[in-house]
This record gives sequence, structure tokens and C-alpha cells, in this order.
Amino acid sequence: MTDVITVTGLARRFGPRVLFHDLSFAVHQGEIFVILGGSGCGKSTLLRILVGLLPPSEGRISVLGGDMAAAEAAQRTRVGVMFQMGALFGSMNLLQNVMLPLEMHTSLPETARESVARTKLGLVGLGDAAALMPAEISGGMAKRAAIARALALDPPLLFLDEPSAGLDPITSAGLDQLILDLKRDLGITFVVVTHELASIMTIADRCIMLDKTAQGMIAEGDPRTLGDTSPHPTVRAFFRRETMQDATP
Amino acid sequence: MSATIDIAPGRITLAGELDARHAGAVWTDALTAAAAAKGKPLIVDLTGVTQWDTAGITLLADIETVFGGTPAYAGATEQVRALLDRVHDARKILPRGGAEHVASWWAVLVSFLTAATDGIAFLGEAVLALVTLPTRAKMFRRQDLWRAADQAGVRAIPLVLLLGVLIGLILAFQSLVPMRRFGADLYVANLVAISLIRELGPLLAAVILAGRSGSAFAAEIGTMKVNQEVDALITMGLDPVTMLVLPRLLATIIVMPALTIVLDFAGLIGMALVLVGDGIPAVAIANQIAAWVVPGDLYGALAKSAVFGATIATVGCRAGMATGLGPEAVGVSATRAVVGGIVSAIVLDGIFAIVFYRLGI
Repeated sequence: MTDVITVTGLARRFGPRVLFHDLSFAVHQGEIFVILGGSGCGKSTLLRILVGLLPPSEGRISVLGGDMAAAEAAQRTRVGVMFQMGALFGSMNLLQNVMLPLEMHTSLPETARESVARTKLGLVGLGDAAALMPAEISGGMAKRAAIARALALDPPLLFLDEPSAGLDPITSAGLDQLILDLKRDLGITFVVVTHELASIMTIADRCIMLDKTAQGMIAEGDPRTLGDTSPHPTVRAFFRRETMQDATP
Repeated sequence: MSATIDIAPGRITLAGELDARHAGAVWTDALTAAAAAKGKPLIVDLTGVTQWDTAGITLLADIETVFGGTPAYAGATEQVRALLDRVHDARKILPRGGAEHVASWWAVLVSFLTAATDGIAFLGEAVLALVTLPTRAKMFRRQDLWRAADQAGVRAIPLVLLLGVLIGLILAFQSLVPMRRFGADLYVANLVAISLIRELGPLLAAVILAGRSGSAFAAEIGTMKVNQEVDALITMGLDPVTMLVLPRLLATIIVMPALTIVLDFAGLIGMALVLVGDGIPAVAIANQIAAWVVPGDLYGALAKSAVFGATIATVGCRAGMATGLGPEAVGVSATRAVVGGIVSAIVLDGIFAIVFYRLGI
């Protein structure tokens, strides 16, 4: 099984404060890999490091065979990122948002860019909303549109930061299904940062769990079995939805 | 290897990497050939395609659209057919109309009238809040009043002094050249003093207030609106007009006459510098001003400036309260506050000119 991401001995410090240290894991091609953990454990920071927005304090990272922090534009376009709030450009409608990377990185003629962008919006269920502005759509639609934009150049690897945050359970379940569909139909590898247990159980093939107190990784594996097999009380508490007192042996 | 195309009668042969980066090289030719083959048998040969993504699949879907049906695909793998089905599903939904972003003259007129009526309604709200202030005195925060007065008034004094001196200098210098031809150098003092005190003082102070404080009011309240702080006030049973608008409104009504006096004084100093430099004694300049400028000129100007201040504050606060969503909304509100404030002040100045003329002031 080919690894699309390998992380070895990764650490990140902010001044004297250690957020995490000695992180090592791999993401396999074609899987949905979830990074989970409580608030403040460094999930989003880890994602920012993986996509090259933040340098690590220590360690080695290989994303699609290269280092994203030093990557040229061509390498960066092989990775799609959906930010937590969508980060759609407010002055452009949804179609223009999705067309932007196609305009910047391909030689497709205008009509072809529009056609491809409409396809992407259709793939995320927003084929009827192309003309709407970001201010006119709901949070769930904004996240779908952000995924469509991240998909614009058909990247083999997609990072999603808290896709379910702030969404109602029905919209959240729809987004989970979309992720599964895109994995099945387009063969995309997903790295998803979330702490929504229902979402994790639905989409994740494998996961790692970060912990603030341990300043690092406390579990790795199939989320469906970790609740029973992990020796760590925080992991068991998380997956069994128990309080820490219940989970402590 | 990039994408290539070979066109023969009844056959389009695509080869190479048919993805977003390379499909542009063959896109137009493929669609032209497919359109030319409409109504005739067409084979699209994909045997030589080595790389696919949804852009390439979208090209096949577009070929079907311009061809008016499904051509015979040669060399299409199961994966390509499955992706093509997925793209067909994705393109089934017809786009619905979005917001119309090209403004027609009618839309502009309606928008102007709506803004005008909204502004009047907002002014009514503010006046009502002022009248009923005793019943909700707790909501009126005096520290906000002093802070707004400090920001709009005290901190504006250096700018007002600088601009006042410069305006006085320029007016005096420009007037002196033609007046000297008639031996009327001394009367430059009358000309500049009356025009400054009656008209330019209040108007320039209003322009400075609109640029400095009207925009600041709109940005402050607009940011609060975007952060849902205004909604929070309402849900707590607090009146945002009393808490946010009234302190700023009263502050500008207080500081505008003071700023006008400062600007007038600075302008007269600037004028005096030019005239003294021209050899006219300072006492002669003072006598001219005292003889020709009557107290009514100053009182009328101060009344005007208070009204300008109230208008600019109302327009600025209204722009802030009407802030929409999105990152550009606060900027739009600040622009509206400045433009609306200056236009309102000039229109009101015209109305005051007519009223003062009729009243013989």
C-alpha cells in the first residue's frame, strides 16, 4: 500500500510551550484518515504543518513525495484544502470561486473552465447554486462549495479542517456521505481534522488521536475498535462517550 | 506527455493526459469536431488516453452536449464510464437564477429611494430614542459620549488647525492678486472672513468630520453588527440606538461648533499671515473683520455646523447598522458613511443658504 503522507518525529513548539512532539504516522493512498482529539491538542496546527502553512519545530514530513513548505505552485495544486470556515472569496460567486484555480493553473479556455467548475459544483450538490454569492448561502453550502473549489484541479489528496463544525446533524451527515462518494468515485485520499464522533465513525478508515496532556499521539488505528482496545483512558472515554472517571480503570 | 487529438471523418481520437492541466490543448478542437459530426455516426477513440481526471470526463460530457447524443466510445474503461455517469448526474440540475449583480437605472433609483426612506426612518428612531432617553437613562453610557467626543473632536483639532491655516492662506493669496489691481487689498480681509465664517468653516469642518468620524462610526458599528454584538444587545433587551447611536450623535452635535470655531480662527490666522506679508497692518485687518462680520454670521454658522454634525453622525451610524455580511461589508459601510455624510452636508448647506436669505440673516 502506497503512503501519500509520511510523518517522522514531528514536533511543534510555540516558545517554551510544546504542543506535540515525536509524532510519527503514515497516510495510505485512497483512505480517509482522521486526526482527532480534544480542543487545543493541536489538530488544526498539525493540518497547517502538513499543508505547508506552518513550519514544524522538528521532524520530517513527506506529502506526495515532497515537502509542502518548500513546494512550488505545481506541487501545491496536487493538494486541496478546505478551511474550517470555507474561506470562499466574498467578491466572487460560487462558480467564479471554483473557476479561479482553473484559470490560474490550467490552459483551459473560458467555456471549458466554466463547464469543469459546474461539474465540480454538481459533484458536491451545488449545481443549482453557481450564481449565488458566498454571503447568500448557508454554512453547509459554504463548506460544500469550499470542497468543490478544493477539487477544482482534481488533487489526489484533500485536507478537510473540521468539515462538520457548526452544522446540524442532517447537513453534517450529508457532508460525510459526500466525502465517502468522492473517495469512491474519484479515488481521493482524505485527511480530515474533526472531533465529531458520529462523523468519525461514518467516514474514517483509520485515525490518530492527539492529546493535550500527553503533548502528542495517544492512539492510532481503526476508530471502530479503538474504544475497546486502547489502553489509554482518554481514548476509551472519547469513543465510549464517557467521562474520564468512568473510563479510568 | 500532453493531450493530443486526431480528427478524421466520423472519428475523434484523443490521446495522452486528459486532465485539467492538459485538456485545454484539445478542448476547442474536440468540441468543433463533435459539432461538425452532429447527426452522423461518431466514434470517440480513447484508447491512447493515459491519464484522466474530472476535467477530461467533463470534456466527454461536453462532446456529448454539442454532438447532441452519446457517441460510440472506443477504449473507454469501466472507471471512465463510471466517472462519466457521475458527471452526468452532477450536471443534471439546471442552474437557478442568482442575484442580479448588474444594476439597471431603475434598480439604482429604487435603491436610492430605499436608502433615503431608510435614512429618514433611522433619523426618526434616533430622535425617538433621544426623546425617550429619560426612561432608559441606564442604557446611555456617558463614557461612550466622552470617548466619541474625544475621537471626533479633540483628536481632530490638529488636522482642523492645519487645514484651516492652509485654506486661509490660499483664499487670501488667490484673492489678493485680482483685488490689488483695483487697490482693494484691504478688502481681502472682509472677503475671506465672511466666506470662511458663514460658509467654508462649517462646510470644511463637516467634510473633515465625515472623513474622520463618520467612517469610523460606520466601521465600529458595522464590525459589531458582523460579530453579532448588535444582535446580542437586542436579545438582552437593550436598545442599540440608545446605546450605540445616541452617544455618537450627541458627541458630534457638541464638537462640531467647536471644530468650526477652531477652523475659522485658524483660517483667519492664515489670511492674516498673507496680508501682513503684503504690508497691511494687523490692526487694520482686525478692524475690517470687526466692522464687517456681525454676530449673526457666527451664530448661523454654528447652528449649521451642529446640524451638519448630527447629519453626519446619523448617516455614519445608519451605514454601520445596515452593514451586511461578508468581508467587504464593513468597507462598503464606511464608504457609504463618508459619501452620504458629505453629500448630505452640502445639500443642507444649500437649504440653509435659501432659508437664511429669506430670513434676512
